[in-house]
Amino acid sequence: MKKTECERIVITGIGLASPNGSNLQEYRRNLLDSISGVEAYSVRYFGDTLAGLCHFDALKYQTRKELRVGTRAGSVAIYCVHEALADAGLDLTDSEKARTGVFIGITEHGNVETENEIYEISKYEYQTKYWSHHHNPRTVANNPAGEVTINLGITGPHFTLGAACAAGNLGCVTGAQQLLLGEVDIALAGGVSESPGTFGIFAAFNSQNALAKHAEPAKASRPFDQSRNGIVVSEGGAIFVLERLDRALTRKARIYGELAGWCCNSDATDTVLPNSVRQAECMRQAISRSGLQPSDIHIVNTHATGTPAGDIRECEALREVFANCPETHFTNTKSFIGHSMGAAGALELAGNLPSFDDLTVHHTINVDDLDPACALPNLVIGQPKKLPRVDAILNNSFGMLGINCVTVVKRFSE
Amino acid sequence: MTRAEISQAILDIVNEIVPDEDWSALGPEESLRGKLESMDFLDVVMELRKQYGVEVPEADYGQLATLQSCVDYLEPKLVNK
Repeated sequence: MKKTECERIVITGIGLASPNGSNLQEYRRNLLDSISGVEAYSVRYFGDTLAGLCHFDALKYQTRKELRVGTRAGSVAIYCVHEALADAGLDLTDSEKARTGVFIGITEHGNVETENEIYEISKYEYQTKYWSHHHNPRTVANNPAGEVTINLGITGPHFTLGAACAAGNLGCVTGAQQLLLGEVDIALAGGVSESPGTFGIFAAFNSQNALAKHAEPAKASRPFDQSRNGIVVSEGGAIFVLERLDRALTRKARIYGELAGWCCNSDATDTVLPNSVRQAECMRQAISRSGLQPSDIHIVNTHATGTPAGDIRECEALREVFANCPETHFTNTKSFIGHSMGAAGALELAGNLPSFDDLTVHHTINVDDLDPACALPNLVIGQPKKLPRVDAILNNSFGMLGINCVTVVKRFSE
Repeated sequence: MTRAEISQAILDIVNEIVPDEDWSALGPEESLRGKLESMDFLDVVMELRKQYGVEVPEADYGQLATLQSCVDYLEPKLVNK
């Protein structure tokens, strides 16, 4: 059945903070020019490691006091939302602010702030009277979305979506669902990460033998390569302005694409090991709900993080879903920016949306020696590839505890 | 600490807590608390605890109303600091 305009969700604005770009143009250019955002980094207790760090101007939209009181995740979110609204050409009135919602995916939140407080009171023999009164507002799970509403005076709903590394996609999905429910007219949706601020995530991945190590930071994130040895932890964010099509058309908004379908499911098998059968089911459902066939998908942005087991599982699922799909090409944005955790799904989708205009799929870097277990037909490695057409992009995001979230964005056509 | 040093210590703390505000023109009798949100004021109390070992019980918060009253209240507590 054909959807009406008020049943179709479109992307009308993009704001992002990536380790290799602070706006879509810079980010896309660096993806096409093979510029990595991974750098040397040192974190308390853990010591020297690697990370993807953002370099946007946090004072562009916040006071120094707001930065002191708030969280890095909140700051990333505020920057991205301002940039997304400006990109969408929206200057919200009070009545529009009441009909705007903020829906942000997070892998985790509160670890950075809790570690900071414990470190602080360690200077005072761990006496809890030195524990900050800012701890609770900094660590409540809605923090990044709530900071956005305070900064911009948005009075509609706000909440975060905890979905491990599938959270960025789930933020987008939730925004779309809130629009379809009629709860809001504008959804500011996506995901953020402040994960490099917590030593715990580095130490835990290291204990799991899943933390990337490489003498050259730019070569550390290497999904599909034989010598991949783990994840590069990154910060970042991407927020999309989502609207129902009727509203977007009425205000003559620029439309980046249509969020045509999605699926979220659960492996129900293991805390950390992914399940390729459930991943394949998730992709098939998302494609089907978009009214498409697998062969209609021209670009698949893979979730692969650079872990030995995880990349293979996803490739098994991809080979099953996209068998006999000669026009489908595969790539991986994490090879440039590392794993931006709660931001990953949204940030990686943003990096691929310009393909509708330039008909180019950005490549996967650092695949010097392709792992045969990760071989996919039309895996774009080494350099970008021009395609005859790009009409649909599928974006994979999978997370711990077996949460999978897949989105499909179609080229907009009335 | 002298009264002048205590006054400067308070100004340094509020400068750190609300760095976007120009505190240089704050008069001794001007309302300090009126320029601070409730969480900012608790930051002042926390910094006095951390930096100078001074405890300000909640019942005494009213004593920190102005720069002048802060100095009056803190002087005996900081006399040997």
